[in-house]
Amino acid sequence: MTGKLEQTLRQRIDGGGKCLVPYITGGYPGWVDSLRACAANGADAIEIGLPFSDPVMDGPVIQASSQVALDSGATPVSILHEIRTLDVGVPLVVMCYYNTVFHAGHERFAQDLVAAGVSAAIIPDLPLEESGDWCAAADKAGVETVMLAAPTAPDERLPRVTERARGFVYSVGLLGVTGERSSLSSTATALAARVKKVTTKPVLVGVGVSNAEQAVEASKVSDGVIMGAAVVRRMMEGGSEAVASFIKEVRTALDSSK
Amino acid sequence: MSVLVTPGSDGRFGEFGGRFVPETLVPACQELEAAFNDAWADPSFRKELDDVLREYAGRPSMLTECHNLSEQLGIRLILKREDLNHTGSHKINNVLGQALLAKRMGKKRIVAETGAGQHGVASATAAALFGLECKVYMGEVDVARQELNVFRMRLLGSDVEAVTSGSRTLKDAVNEAMRDWVATVESTHYCLGSVMGPHPYPYMVRQFHRVIGNEAFSQCNEMLGTNPDVVVACVGGGSNAMGIFSGFVDTNARLVGVEPAGGAAVTRGQPGVVHGMKSYLMQDEFGQVQEAHSISAGLDYPGVGPEHSYLASIGRAEYPTVTDDEVIEAFQLMARSEGIIPALECAHAMAWITREAHTMKGKTVLMNLSGRGDKDVGQMMNVLGGLK
Repeated sequence: MTGKLEQTLRQRIDGGGKCLVPYITGGYPGWVDSLRACAANGADAIEIGLPFSDPVMDGPVIQASSQVALDSGATPVSILHEIRTLDVGVPLVVMCYYNTVFHAGHERFAQDLVAAGVSAAIIPDLPLEESGDWCAAADKAGVETVMLAAPTAPDERLPRVTERARGFVYSVGLLGVTGERSSLSSTATALAARVKKVTTKPVLVGVGVSNAEQAVEASKVSDGVIMGAAVVRRMMEGGSEAVASFIKEVRTALDSSK
Repeated sequence: MSVLVTPGSDGRFGEFGGRFVPETLVPACQELEAAFNDAWADPSFRKELDDVLREYAGRPSMLTECHNLSEQLGIRLILKREDLNHTGSHKINNVLGQALLAKRMGKKRIVAETGAGQHGVASATAAALFGLECKVYMGEVDVARQELNVFRMRLLGSDVEAVTSGSRTLKDAVNEAMRDWVATVESTHYCLGSVMGPHPYPYMVRQFHRVIGNEAFSQCNEMLGTNPDVVVACVGGGSNAMGIFSGFVDTNARLVGVEPAGGAAVTRGQPGVVHGMKSYLMQDEFGQVQEAHSISAGLDYPGVGPEHSYLASIGRAEYPTVTDDEVIEAFQLMARSEGIIPALECAHAMAWITREAHTMKGKTVLMNLSGRGDKDVGQMMNVLGGLK
């Protein structure tokens, strides 16, 4: 059964468009305004980060935003509670580290996501081999679990990863942590092309996609992009208005490159 | 059947362990697992490692019977002298093994995390010996309290980066080393310094430290004609403890791993997942990892290696805690009674022995003296002020 996230992305793809999924750090002061700004300016879905004390996949910008959110008292419970009352009109995806899930308990966490109206989850430190228990609970609750495909994966591994993915396949854009780069890594397009060959699910490129130009470049071989640090930096520097104009700029670039 | 677990490809010690890493690192961990298993089964690799441990690190390390403390405490206290290894701690056993393995895998660069700096110094040493590039991540707090070791690493040709995120101690140094590895995995080996992290590290690092327990087992039988009654070691991540425990886990000896009160993963933690492993972990009600607080930079860690969690869960080993004050007392006691300045980490083991000696009258107690205290002298001068 196809979930709400995948259905929404497919609508965009089937219409000949490219998907745009921005990331917002949950609990950062003013994050809900930035979330609304994303939804109002062309995001197809929005990734909400649940801040964690030890974010090993994240670079300086998302680390700093997470720390601010934690210091201002944000918890997974408080963020999910806030999400519950939002109605932004696009599917929401939670990004969190596995201890947040494990500590809450797989079934309870899956139910909490559903209760908050969240469609999907991305857990970057839960690779395929360790994902069985969570995926069983998530499938049962109707939460789509996005899987990450990495540039280091040998050919035999990719189909197993994409097979388990729900919502979309997160094609990791480079060897490294989240953060803006001056140019799109050549591994981004190379991996996206490899992933596209082995799956019919939507394939989005994330990590290191830093501006409209890079989003267009990455989308040539994929179904769209996830943008994290580039969005979060704007939220930290200029609030929701800066986020709004950036998302609008990327949306326009993606639409005019059709 | 041995209590010592050889984990399968799932990397489990009972329910603990595993491989909770970003997808990018999964192939690297699998490659390392295969390379280690291959090397460990290869007599020429084992001989090369044994040779370098003997000729360069100075193994075997001896046993020392502490006559003065034995008399004071009413026990028979024996030390395994890992402090006498080259670079001053047990860390060199693991690092020489991993550096040889890195070379065998064709990696030109290693990264390492360090707390007290002992693993960083050992890594820098092995990198110099084997011609590898080396970068060491160290929390800013630890850089300040272990400045001599920072200078040593730089003198040995390594790059030391102060980590300013989170609690700015060992936990955050591990995060930063993992971030480096995610970006450089094709050319770089992560030389992890304890029996922790994703599979195969907890198993591999224990195997490299088994030499401590194997030597101590035969040395005890030679010296005592039997096994010790109690085997004691300090535990941060727990590599020196796993090393010595591995020699006695199948005997009747009581195994005691001493944690700092401010970093008591087994006593105060619950099962959790961080740094690639499922293990006991100090965390809050939402699963955020708590900061540890210990006078000893090497034990300032909120988690513990998964095999210790397993040994605790089956009741084979116990993990009591001692306070910083008890450690400061034990540090001085060892210096004055035996002429041995222990590392602050090992002073935790001594502190527990001192406190509990009255319950062990007449027993033989083997303590792993895993490092020497030269690195701690500056810090202790500040703590104690001028001694008269």
